Amino acid sequence: MDRQFWTYLGRRAVQSLIIIAIVIVGSFLLLHLVPGDMVDVLGGQRGDMDAELMAALREKYGLDRPVIVQLLEYVGNVLRGDLGYSYRNSNEVLNLVLQRLPVTILLVVCSVITAVFFGTMAGVFAARHSHRLADVVISMVVLVFYATPIFLTGLGLMIVFSVKLKLLPVGGLMTAGFSGSWLELIADVATHLILPVVSLSLFYIAIYCRLARASMLQVLEQDYIRTAYAKGLSTYNVIIGHALRNALLPVVTMVGLQIAELFGGALLTETIFSLPGVGRLAYDAVFERDYPLILGVLIVCAFIIILVNLIIDILYTLLDPRVEISR
Amino acid sequence: MRPRNYLFALAAALSATLAPVAGLHAEEPVKGGTATFIMSPAPQILTSAMTTAGAEQVVSSKISDSLFTYDFNLNPQPLLAESYDVSEDGKTVTFHLRKGVKWHDGVEFTSEDVAYTTMEVWKVLHGRGRTIFGNVEKVETPDKYTAVFVMSSPAPGMLKSLAAQQAQILPAHIYKGTDPTTNPANLKPIGTGPFKFVSFAPGDNLVLERNPDYWNEGKPYLDRLIFRFIPDPATRAAALESGEAHIAPQNLIPMADLERLQASGDFEVTTKGYEFQNEMEMMEFNLDDPVMKDIRVRKAIAHAIDRNWIVENVLFGYGKPATTPLHQQLVELHDDTDVPQYDYDPEAAKALLDEAGYKPDANGIRLKLIVDPLPYGDHQNHIAAYMREAMREIGVDLEVRAQDFAGFVKRVYTDRDFQFTVNLLTGGSDPTIGTQRTYWTPSFKIGVGFSNGSHYSNPKMDEILVAAAAEMDEAKRKELYHQFQKLAMEDLPVFPLAAVESTTVASTRLKNHTIDANGTYSNFADVYLTPAP
Repeated sequence: MDRQFWTYLGRRAVQSLIIIAIVIVGSFLLLHLVPGDMVDVLGGQRGDMDAELMAALREKYGLDRPVIVQLLEYVGNVLRGDLGYSYRNSNEVLNLVLQRLPVTILLVVCSVITAVFFGTMAGVFAARHSHRLADVVISMVVLVFYATPIFLTGLGLMIVFSVKLKLLPVGGLMTAGFSGSWLELIADVATHLILPVVSLSLFYIAIYCRLARASMLQVLEQDYIRTAYAKGLSTYNVIIGHALRNALLPVVTMVGLQIAELFGGALLTETIFSLPGVGRLAYDAVFERDYPLILGVLIVCAFIIILVNLIIDILYTLLDPRVEISR
Repeated sequence: MRPRNYLFALAAALSATLAPVAGLHAEEPVKGGTATFIMSPAPQILTSAMTTAGAEQVVSSKISDSLFTYDFNLNPQPLLAESYDVSEDGKTVTFHLRKGVKWHDGVEFTSEDVAYTTMEVWKVLHGRGRTIFGNVEKVETPDKYTAVFVMSSPAPGMLKSLAAQQAQILPAHIYKGTDPTTNPANLKPIGTGPFKFVSFAPGDNLVLERNPDYWNEGKPYLDRLIFRFIPDPATRAAALESGEAHIAPQNLIPMADLERLQASGDFEVTTKGYEFQNEMEMMEFNLDDPVMKDIRVRKAIAHAIDRNWIVENVLFGYGKPATTPLHQQLVELHDDTDVPQYDYDPEAAKALLDEAGYKPDANGIRLKLIVDPLPYGDHQNHIAAYMREAMREIGVDLEVRAQDFAGFVKRVYTDRDFQFTVNLLTGGSDPTIGTQRTYWTPSFKIGVGFSNGSHYSNPKMDEILVAAAAEMDEAKRKELYHQFQKLAMEDLPVFPLAAVESTTVASTRLKNHTIDANGTYSNFADVYLTPAP
């Protein structure tokens, strides 16, 4: 890692900070444009609210001050690492997000790995047998998965594997009140994650499969592949060592682009399979106008997405030495 | 002044002879086992002493008992209070507390806990506390087992509101001197109830275990009670069918699934246990709107709607067409004799619109209106969609406007920028708790949700409501509420559409889940699970 690399990293860090600042200010202002605040919701839920009590609550939660003052104070708090307090949950926002984040990350990471692995494998296989039966079947199957909404796939799998066969649980992260060793716990969580991960990744397998197939076809026509064969390398060595490594580049780019979308898809999966992830936390918070909590989730997610993209850009330079980080 | 003493034993004996009830079984209870209860939304805290949110009420009532529970006719039954006296003038209510009750941390439950929770939690923080306990001036504690409520004026409605979902008692030794809203015990509750807190995974599950030191010896029967928070309605039905869960209350299972589940023979559906809620689908007309101000227009709209159709098709038969603002389940007060009815009659509706000066134009359109259905569940949206079609028949072009909950509350109760709503209003166990708010002039306050959204004001109505709220004589009270029902339907600031019956779906293996008016809000001390076949 030379000096160029560190300059690059510094520049990217500054860019990322600017993006996060835009996320904070933008979401804060957008949220305050939406009609109705937390006190309206509270007032709707409890029966005997009166104007004075509502004014007092707005004062307590600081909602009575000008938006710009609230914004400045919020930014100041965030800079000190304080994401605020969620009165609805009797807890610190940071605690709430950190409690739920591992679930979403687990779901997203497992789904990405599954989708990339099976998608790429299917794509490579299809490219090797392009325009033959295997290719047509693979393309059709992945297209069906792509065209099926996640909630439908999820419910379908649930009806088959949970209701009819009673093999897998209908949802939750683990058996409620589970007690056992670490290994048993991991096995329990894994059992609970099979259906959600399969439902979420089936949709994305199609994208990686098509991408891998197209880029593989292109790579296989290159001169160096012929050279590799001519050197007498085995088919396996040529495909995996020479072709796939180059064909993977667009796939890696796609992972970076899709990580944000996966967080969105995770919300649906979390809802169907009752997983206590950040998607649901944010969803509920929006309906309750729990501003600190919504903003906390947005900031943490934006941070993760930016971080993942940074890592992917660095990975890129490792996969493809032609990419110069100084540009 | 001789106090009237109320003995529960007699009432209990009477209620025991009532017709058999869903989920109530006389055979020897089975001890042990784990029952799983489906809930949604997920509770955010684990006490209902300071919130009216449904999930908090359902889960915490198992952990902490209240002074009373109520039989199906809403007569109080003893829990932490063994008996009570009301003074002749109704201004002093004395509760005699059960002795030897221990909090889950071993400290004794006393009148101090009752006094603290009433004055510093219910009255200040609970959503309906200021309505229910507003007249309580102080709570005196002459000894550990006596709590005396000193009232500024009588409040017979209060005695109907002392179940755990409205009035859960908190341990003063843990809460006193703290800010109750941020007390850590809200997430690790210590109660007096049949089940003790074990673990809470927010958004996922809550695990409770049997309290071996429960005052009601031998109970509860279950070893463990698990709540699972399942947001997706189809997943809830799947959880029941896969055998992972045993009970889902509060319409959590879509009505379209009920027939299939019942037909399997493994599940039963009951509409009992909601005598407290008395939810009504109602149309609130905005009387500040120039069009809606005209009673002829309101009556025309009422005649254009077939309430039977709504009950049959939107509620799948789980409800009754409303005939007055009071729910039919309020058996003692609901009375529709001589109450004006607005039967489905499009011709009458057209005649009323003609009279009001709204003649059809070239396209047959007399009037353009906008409806705002409450975004809570699907029923209000479905009703609004039906109305759009039904109104077209009388020449009214109806637009259905959509927004989320907070947006709805702000539009209707703060901005007052609406013509009429389709709303779901909770009547409560007594009209003073819910219904009064919809019709009473002082309830109209800008910014206050679900409180006289019509901006209705009739001095005669106010007089009736105030007199009924403080009337101690049952017969006179009934007569006053009859006058209320008549006047409400004459003035028609609100058109009651349907009295909703909520459903509980439970495995036929789960017994005693609905044994009183609190239904699944009760403490589950009597619930047991028979072994799987």
